[in-house]
Amino acid sequence: MLQFILRRVLMAIPTMLVISIVSFALIQLPPGDFLTSYAATLAQQGDTIPPEQLEALREAYGLGQPLYVQYFKWMRGIFRGDFGRSLEWGMPVQDLIWERLALTVVLSGATFLFVWTLAIPLGIFSATHQYSIPDYIFTFFGFLGLGIPNFMLALVLMWVGFAYFGQEVGGLFSPDYKNAPWTMARVWDMIKHLWIPMIVLGTAGTAGLIRTMRANTLDEINQPYVETARAKGLTERQVIWKYPVRVALNPFVSTAGWALPELVSGSTIVAVVLSLPTVGPLLLRALLSQDMYLAGAIILLISILTIIGTLISDILLAWLDPRIRYE
Amino acid sequence: MDNQSTLLEVKDLKTHFFLDEGLVRAVDGVSFTIQRGKTLGVVGESGCGKSITARSILRMVRPPGQIVSGEIIYHRRTNGSAQTELLDLTKLDPTGPEIRAIRWKNIAMIFQEPMTSLSPVHTIGDQIIEAIVTHLDVGKKEARDRAIEMLRRVGMPQPTKILERYRHQLSGGMRQRAMIAMALVCNPELLIADEPTTALDVTTQAQILELMKGLQEDFHMAIMFITHDLGVIAEMADEVVVMYLGKEVELADVDTIFYNPGHPYTKALLRSIPRIDEEVDKLEVIKGTVPDPYSIPAGCAFHPRCPYYVPEKCASPEFVKVGSHHWARCARVAEINGSFAHMRQ
Amino acid sequence: MEAKSSGPISNALQRESKVVDQAVAAPSEGYLAEEPISKDKLEEKIAVATPRQLMWWRFRKHKVALASVVVLVIFYLLAAFAEFVAPYDPEVFAASAKFVPPQIPSFIDGNGQFTLRPVVFGLSQERDPETLRVIYQPDESVWYPIYFFVRGQPYEFWGLWETDIHLFGLGENAEEGTLFILGSDRLGRDMFSRILYGARISLSIGLVSVFLSLILGIVLGGISGYYGGQIDNAIQRVIEFIRSIPSIPLWMALSAALPPTWPQELRYFGITVILSLIAWTGLARVVRGRFLSLREEDFVLGARLSGTSEMGIILRHMVPSFLSHIIASLTLSIPAIILSETALSFLGLGLRQPVISWGVLLQEAQNIRTVALAPWLLLPGMAVVIAVLAFNFLGDGLRDAADPFAR
Repeated sequence: MLQFILRRVLMAIPTMLVISIVSFALIQLPPGDFLTSYAATLAQQGDTIPPEQLEALREAYGLGQPLYVQYFKWMRGIFRGDFGRSLEWGMPVQDLIWERLALTVVLSGATFLFVWTLAIPLGIFSATHQYSIPDYIFTFFGFLGLGIPNFMLALVLMWVGFAYFGQEVGGLFSPDYKNAPWTMARVWDMIKHLWIPMIVLGTAGTAGLIRTMRANTLDEINQPYVETARAKGLTERQVIWKYPVRVALNPFVSTAGWALPELVSGSTIVAVVLSLPTVGPLLLRALLSQDMYLAGAIILLISILTIIGTLISDILLAWLDPRIRYE
Repeated sequence: MDNQSTLLEVKDLKTHFFLDEGLVRAVDGVSFTIQRGKTLGVVGESGCGKSITARSILRMVRPPGQIVSGEIIYHRRTNGSAQTELLDLTKLDPTGPEIRAIRWKNIAMIFQEPMTSLSPVHTIGDQIIEAIVTHLDVGKKEARDRAIEMLRRVGMPQPTKILERYRHQLSGGMRQRAMIAMALVCNPELLIADEPTTALDVTTQAQILELMKGLQEDFHMAIMFITHDLGVIAEMADEVVVMYLGKEVELADVDTIFYNPGHPYTKALLRSIPRIDEEVDKLEVIKGTVPDPYSIPAGCAFHPRCPYYVPEKCASPEFVKVGSHHWARCARVAEINGSFAHMRQ
Repeated sequence: MEAKSSGPISNALQRESKVVDQAVAAPSEGYLAEEPISKDKLEEKIAVATPRQLMWWRFRKHKVALASVVVLVIFYLLAAFAEFVAPYDPEVFAASAKFVPPQIPSFIDGNGQFTLRPVVFGLSQERDPETLRVIYQPDESVWYPIYFFVRGQPYEFWGLWETDIHLFGLGENAEEGTLFILGSDRLGRDMFSRILYGARISLSIGLVSVFLSLILGIVLGGISGYYGGQIDNAIQRVIEFIRSIPSIPLWMALSAALPPTWPQELRYFGITVILSLIAWTGLARVVRGRFLSLREEDFVLGARLSGTSEMGIILRHMVPSFLSHIIASLTLSIPAIILSETALSFLGLGLRQPVISWGVLLQEAQNIRTVALAPWLLLPGMAVVIAVLAFNFLGDGLRDAADPFAR
C-alpha cells in the first residue's frame, strides 16, 4: 500500500513541472502582453501613453526578456514563495488570491456537503423504490439538472429573486458589509447571501449525483450476494446499506478527489454572473488583461490541486476497494 | 408420516409472477415433505420452478412475484425439547422479525455461484462472523473462534488466513466450502442447496458432495438438494421430486425413481443420460423444447413432447398415488407402465 | 446408500422397453424433433434478427429518445432554413421597438371575431412611472393579419441566390406593424429571428467539434488499445495530463489567446478546435478500453489464426462491435460542447458580435435589471436547455439500445 502511494507521488512531480511550463505558455499565448492590452484599454477611453513610458514600464516589469528567462525567474520566485505582483492590481499575487481563496473554499465546501448529504440517500431511495412516484420526480429533476447550464439557473434565480422578492441577490455581502472587518454580523450576512450560489451550484451536482447513485445501486441491488445477505436474516436496511450501497459508493470515492480543484475553479461562470468575490472571476479578468503573474499563479494553483485531487482519489479508491489493491 | 421426524411440509404451494408481459405460474401446486436428517432431491430442467420453490420457503420471492396459495408448515422444535410447534411460513411478513429469525438459524441456503453470492468488498471472515452474531448470542472473540472452527470442519487449509481473504482470492472449490461453512455456522435444521456443484469441475464436485454428506451426518441436518444432474441425485438423495414447468410430475424415493419411473418425463430424462454399459451412437433427447413460460400448453404441460399423449385422456392429469410412496402426475401412468403390481418393492 | 451402477438401471430400462412395446399407443420413432422449434412467428423473428435490427427495436421502445430525435430534427431543419423561417433579418433594428414583449398571434381579432388567418395586435406605448422607460403593451384596437409565404426583407438563401420570400410575415403592413413572436431586444431586433440564426452556429459547432474529437479519439485510442505496451503508456500519460488541467480555465485561457483581430469565421474555427482538443480524451479512453478488452476475445484470436491481416481484424471484426458504443458516447458529448460554447460566448471569450450564437445572445441578459425588465431575453437559454436535453435523452436511448446486456 505504501509502495503504491509512494509511486504515485513520485510520478506526480514531473507532471507538476510540466504543468507549470504549460501554465506559463498559456499566459503568453495571446499576442502582445499586459502593457499592450493596457495601452489598448487606455486608447478606448481616449487616453494615450507615450511610447517611451511604455518602454520604460516594459523594462521595469521585465516583459522584454526572452520567454524562457521570464519563466525561470517566475519559477525561482515561486520556490522562494514569491508569486510575483499583479500588474493590474498592483498588489502581491498572494494577497489577492488569499482573501478570495478563503471565501471560495467556504462556498464550495458548503455546496459540496449540501450536495453529497442530499444526493446519496435520495439516490439510494430512488433505486430501492424504482418506478415509484418519488423516483420519477427525482429522475426528472436529474434530467433538468443535466440540461440547464449553471449560469442559466443563476440568471433565472436572480431574476426571480429580484422581480418577485425585490431581493438584491448578487454578491456575497450586502453593500454595508462589503469591506467591513469580520464580525458575527458579517458572517451572518454572508450566510444569508450564500443560499442562492449554493442552490445554483448544488443543483446540477445533486441532480447528476442522484442519477449516478441510483444507477450504481441498481447495478448492485439484484446481485446474488445481496440475496445471500437477505437469506442470512438481516433487516432490509442492513441488507441495502451494508452490501450494494457499499459497492455502489466506490466509483464516487474515486471522483471525490476531484472535488478539490472543483472547489476552486468550478464555480467560475456562476461567480461571474452572481458577482461573487471568488477565485474564478479573478482568473477571468487576469486572462483578459493578460495579467501574467496573477493568471499564471491561479492556473498553476488549480492544476496542482487537480493533481493532488487525483492522487487522493486513487489512494482512497485503492483503500476502499479490495479488488483493486491486489492488481 | 411420523410426526416427530417431519421437519417441513409444503402443501400445494403456488408462487406466481405478475409481469407486464403476462402471468408466469412459476410454481403451480407443489407438495412434498422433508424429514429431519434426510435429503430431498429436487430435479428438473432450467425454468421448471425449483429455485423459486426454495426461495418461497424462505419468503425471499420479491414482487412482482408472490405466493398466491398453499402452506409451508415448519415444525419448529422449541428450545431443544421434544415439543414442536407448527408455523405456517406463508403467513409471516417477508421482512418481519419472525422469518428473519428462522432464516439461517433454522433454515439456511447455499447458492449456485459462490463467486457472486459472496460480497466482493467484505472478507470471508466478516461475512461468516456476521451470520454468527446475527443469530447467536456470542461475543466477538467467540464468534471468530467458531468461524475458524467451521472453516476447519469444511476442509479449508489455513482457516485463520482465510478469514482475512476476499472472494476473488479463493478458488472455486474453496469459495463453495466457505459458503457451506457460512451456512452451517448457526447449526440449521435444514440446508437448502440450490445447484451448489453445477459451477464446479467434476473432481471438486465429488469432494463437495462428500463433504456435505459428512456434515449432514454430524449435524443431523436435512438437506433440500436442487439440481438438474441425475447423477448427483443418485448419490445424495433419499427422496426425489421431479418438476416440470412449475408442477410436480413425480415424487418417490430415489430407488423407485431410478428403477421404476412412472412419469414419461422422468423416463425420458433417464433415457437421455449416457450409460457406462451401453454403446450408443446418439444420445436420446426429448423432442421439442421447454415452452415459453407465458404460454404453457393447456392440460398436461408436457403433452407436446410426450410420446404417450392421447388427447381424450390427457386433458387434466391429477397427482395420483401409484405405489406405497410414489406419486405421479400422469393420466395414463398405469396404462403405460402396465400395472405396478409386479414392480412394487 | 450406495452409488447406483448402471446395471440395475439398464435392467430396469430393458424391462421398461418391453412394457412400452405393450403399451396401447405406440410412440413415434425417436425423440428427435421433426418440426421447427417454435411455431411462434415472433420468436422466430427474434431468433433470426440481425444485431442492427435488435438495436432498432430496443431503441424504438424508448419513447423519450424517439421524441428527442423528432425535436432535434426540427431544430436542425429550422436552423438550416433560418433565413426562410425568420420573419426579420437578425441585424435589422428599430429604435422605436425596443424591448417589445412577445407578441403572441391570436385567432380572435380586435372585434372579438374568430378569424382563420392569425393576427397580431399593434403596440401602444406607455411610460413606466418608476423607471421612466418606455413600455409596450398590446393595443387591441389595431391588428395586422399574418400572411404565409409572404414577401419580406430580401436575403441570400444559403448564400446562393437572392430571394425575399419568408415563411410568414406581415406582408404589406410590414412597415407599420411589428411581428416579434418572442419579443425584441434592446436594439429592437427580433428575438425569434436571432434565435433561429443563432441555432445555426450553436448547433453546428457541436457537430463539427465532435467530428474532430471523433477522429482524434478513435485514432489515438485505437492505437493505444490495440498495440498496448509503450505506445499505450505514452498516450495514456498525455491523456491524463490533458485531463488534469482543469477545463474551464483551459478553455478560457485558450479562447483569450485567440487574437481579437482574427475574422469571425477563423475565430469560429479556432473555438471549435479548442473545444475538441479537450473532448477527444474522453472518447479515446472509451475506445482504448474497448480495444483492450476485445483484443483478448476469442473471435479476434480466431480471425488472426485464420490469416486475417491486422487492419482487417480491426476494421471488420473489432470496430463493428463497439461502433454503437462510440455513437452513444458521441451523442452524449455534443451537449457538453454546446454548453461550453454557450458559456464561453456568454463570458465574452467565445464568439463575439456580430456573429450570433445562443451564447452571444445570452450576453444581453447578463444585467439583472435588464432581465427583470425583459425576461424574454432569457429565451435563447431555453433553446439551449431543450437541445441539450434532447441530445442527452437520445444518447441515453442509443446507449441502452446498444448494450447487449440490457433486458
